[in-house]
Amino acid sequence: MSNWALILYCGLITYLTRFSMIALIKKEMFNDRIREILSFVPSAIFPAIIFPAIFINDIGLIKIDDNPKILAAIIAMFIGIFSRSIIATIFSGLASYWFLIFVV
Amino acid sequence: MKSNLKVFLKGIIDVSPLMIPVVPFGLIFGVLAIDVGFTPIETMAMSLIIFGGASQIVLLQLFSGGASSLVIISSVGAVNSRHLLYGAVVSEHLSDLKLIWKIIISYFLIDQAFAISNEYLKKNKDHNRYFHLVGGGATCWVIWQSTTFLGIILGAAIPEKLGLSFAVPLTFLALLVNDFRKFINVIVIIISGLVATLGYNYIPFKAYVIVAALAGLFTAMILTRKNKKA
Repeated sequence: MSNWALILYCGLITYLTRFSMIALIKKEMFNDRIREILSFVPSAIFPAIIFPAIFINDIGLIKIDDNPKILAAIIAMFIGIFSRSIIATIFSGLASYWFLIFVV
Repeated sequence: MKSNLKVFLKGIIDVSPLMIPVVPFGLIFGVLAIDVGFTPIETMAMSLIIFGGASQIVLLQLFSGGASSLVIISSVGAVNSRHLLYGAVVSEHLSDLKLIWKIIISYFLIDQAFAISNEYLKKNKDHNRYFHLVGGGATCWVIWQSTTFLGIILGAAIPEKLGLSFAVPLTFLALLVNDFRKFINVIVIIISGLVATLGYNYIPFKAYVIVAALAGLFTAMILTRKNKKA
């Protein structure tokens, strides 16, 4: 598939996820159970992106030793839990990462 | 009733604090897209056509890992499935609108705009309250397109040694800050993360994102069911 086709299909599926519910839904179709399970969608999907980006190295192997990303992510997570701030989480993670690779 | 413009402006003001992390996110996207081999035009088209930070980064991550198109498209769909929830939630506020407005507003139904407008829509009953969502979404649109553009241009100037790609997992981590306080969410996060990491090399077609997400959702289904019986 060409890059352009890939972009168009990804755009189409993204748009459809946004439009379909607005266009089709009747309130009664969404019961509390479905709503409850859907509320876990971010917790179910984002870690699948976060974990490999931290633990898997450039050549596709799990790397635990000598991996500054792990500590930086843990620091960012705690800053996030206590500050509840998206900005503080991102910047504390980047700052710790830079501290670990450039200073330590 | 406030004028349409006032509601629109209120949306812009309310969403502004959430735009600060979007700036580095957009820059990173622009830089990474060029880095993994997309042309500047294709990169800009991704931001214009898809207009979704998470989906676009997932696209890059999987594309650079050599995933097949089918896996990339379905992963993007999986990542975007949260929009179904957003749409379901805001649909009751938009039910009286003409189809053309629904088509337009759908394009702007993004995380940040939903987060702030959901509150506003619940509190206000004015007929034009949806302008708040358009204001928030349009603000994000402008920031996203301009930072993508800047990322494309700056690409070569940003040293690789800075490890800016690490900002990608951090951004997703930041979107979960409220979920780390909830027990079931933490379990779901750990299950999904473990399945993705351990399955990274073993699940074919780089479908680990979807497999891990389904494992996480399945866990949530079991844990919440037990919760209710107890």
